[in-house]
Amino acid sequence: MDILEVKDLTVTIQGKPILKNLNFSLKEGASHILFGPNGSGKSTLIGALLGLPSYEIASGKIFFMGQDITSKSADERAKLGIVASFQNPPEIAGVKLGDLLKLFLGKTPEEDFSPEEQKLIEAFRLTSFLDRDINVGFSGGERKRSEILQLIFLKGKLLLLDEPDSGVDVESLKLIASQLQRYIEQTGSTALLITHKGDIMDYIKAKYGCILLNGAFHCFTDPVSMYRDIKNYGYEECVACRRRKTGGWNFEQRK
Amino acid sequence: MSKESELTKLPHEILKEAQQAGIEADEKARAATFFHLNQQTVQAKINEYFEGKIELLDTKTALKRYPELEQYMWKLVDRDKDEYTRKVAAGYSGGYFIRILPKAEITFPLQSCLMITERNLEQRVHNLIIAEENSNAHIITSCLQHSNVERAAHLGISEIYVKKGASLNFTMIHQWSENTFVRPRTGVEIGDHAAFVSNYVCMRPVRDMQMYPVAYCNGAEARVSFNSILYGQRNSQLDIGSKAVLNGKGSKAEMISRAIAREGAKMILRGLIEGNSPDCKGHLECRGLIMDDESFMQSIPELIARKKGVEITHEAAVGKISEKEVAYLMTRRLSRDQATSLIIRGFMDVSILGLPPALSREIKRIIEISTEAT
Ligand SMILES: Nc1ncnc2c1ncn2[C@@H]1O[C@H](COP(=O)(O)OP(=O)(O)OP(=O)(O)O)[C@@H](O)[C@H]1O
Ligand SMILES: [Mg+2]
Repeated sequence: MDILEVKDLTVTIQGKPILKNLNFSLKEGASHILFGPNGSGKSTLIGALLGLPSYEIASGKIFFMGQDITSKSADERAKLGIVASFQNPPEIAGVKLGDLLKLFLGKTPEEDFSPEEQKLIEAFRLTSFLDRDINVGFSGGERKRSEILQLIFLKGKLLLLDEPDSGVDVESLKLIASQLQRYIEQTGSTALLITHKGDIMDYIKAKYGCILLNGAFHCFTDPVSMYRDIKNYGYEECVACRRRKTGGWNFEQRK
Repeated sequence: MSKESELTKLPHEILKEAQQAGIEADEKARAATFFHLNQQTVQAKINEYFEGKIELLDTKTALKRYPELEQYMWKLVDRDKDEYTRKVAAGYSGGYFIRILPKAEITFPLQSCLMITERNLEQRVHNLIIAEENSNAHIITSCLQHSNVERAAHLGISEIYVKKGASLNFTMIHQWSENTFVRPRTGVEIGDHAAFVSNYVCMRPVRDMQMYPVAYCNGAEARVSFNSILYGQRNSQLDIGSKAVLNGKGSKAEMISRAIAREGAKMILRGLIEGNSPDCKGHLECRGLIMDDESFMQSIPELIARKKGVEITHEAAVGKISEKEVAYLMTRRLSRDQATSLIIRGFMDVSILGLPPALSREIKRIIEISTEAT
């Protein structure tokens, strides 16, 4: 079954089209790795799926679990289970990471974390960050750890992960990715994970690999070999060769 | 002055309002308590534990007892500065005289409350604070108008002397009402290696308030910080700033302000740092959020250098709440309103003031009480 279906989606930023007539879908319960050159519109796509106001949906529709969510606000989509880790999350002065996590769990700032929650925070090495303002002065890798921990606490159904591995050291990568994989396995949730590197696939067991290229979304099986092909032959050739050989799904229907 | 607590004799509703402005009714938690109601000092009492370390009197009583204090009066504030100073010079009802004795370490805050409960009153006070050499104290002063009083005015002169090596932390909480007209006039003199920290919190509406305390860092390495958290609402007119004059070698000034304007508030945020000596340093940081089209906000930072080696900087930003921050929190299941109020609360977070933890908790508590009450 498809958990997400995107039909003829055109996304503009300040009136300028960034994605045009995009079509694709994501399989429920599967992890999808999304590759694509810089500037191809991957983060824009995530922004549009999240319902961020700066990404205007000029035309097309988004269906989540069969429901048309195109005109729903970001918080409504989040309540349905669409959650994301940001490539560049903003700093919010005065808002403490710990208070935010408690809010996700339905706790007041006075309530304590449960022992399991504490253990998870400790595993992410974020215990000493609970009293810090969210992302303020966090290093690149610390931001990624905090983003992924927040996602796990949010208990989403569809995880949109925008480069959770960029700027992350090898140990942290192992930590972040194996925690993510554990969460995905335990909850049966779906993931769309953007990356420019292959190492994260050592931990995240992804069935599909997708490429966003020249405004079209292509998906195939075996993202590990796709990544190797992209490295050896480039994005264009990887798509072309796979379309010839194995066929794929989610081809863009250009109008 | 009576040794017995007069606070408990106050009508319950008056005490309750004072508490909302941060007055602690349990005087054991305070080094001293001063209470001036309308035109009369009703309490000036020192906690026994701090006897011999603090002097606290009504200003008029103090001047009678120590005529030599006259030399401190109208020295840091010019009595001819404007019509308000002239009015107070012509006649005032009292005020507090606080002296922290040399080397005294006052571990609990001293508290003072100036309150108006009579309609059409023009309260005029003259306060004098002397932090003697190497003393260390913090004062929390709350000024408020009873919420059912229609019109009133508060004219307050404060002259503060922080002597060599002393450290004085002065927190002022204003809780006026939509009908109060307020004109404080404050001057501070800071001696060698002495430090003065002013924290100003105004979370309630006020009709018209204008203040511009001036600190003279005359001593070598004298330091001053002015921090303010201002919440302008319901047509309040606030023209608030501070000025630091860096005369001492290596003296320093820091100004931090956070302001929110909504519901037709008009706010002008000023800051002036004047570097008159070599190696002096200053930094001014002002951030304001404007929440609707009816409100107005203007930031006026001014930096003056008169000597080589002066280093004074500023950062100022006024505008709307960051849409990126709101959207981020909305993707975390917060509604637009929840996200906005979380960001605003964070924006007004007292931890930006860099206060000692106990005082920081205290002010946080006061802000919470006073915002709940509105
Ligand atoms: N606010 C904006 N104003 C104008 N153009 C924008 C804006 N945001 C994004 N773009 C443009 O949209 C295109 C897609 O950007 P996007 O961030 O989605 O790329 P990406 O695929 O995520 O790239 P990367 O791999 O570098 O993260 C880029 O050409 C970018 O310059
Ligand atoms: Mg991107």
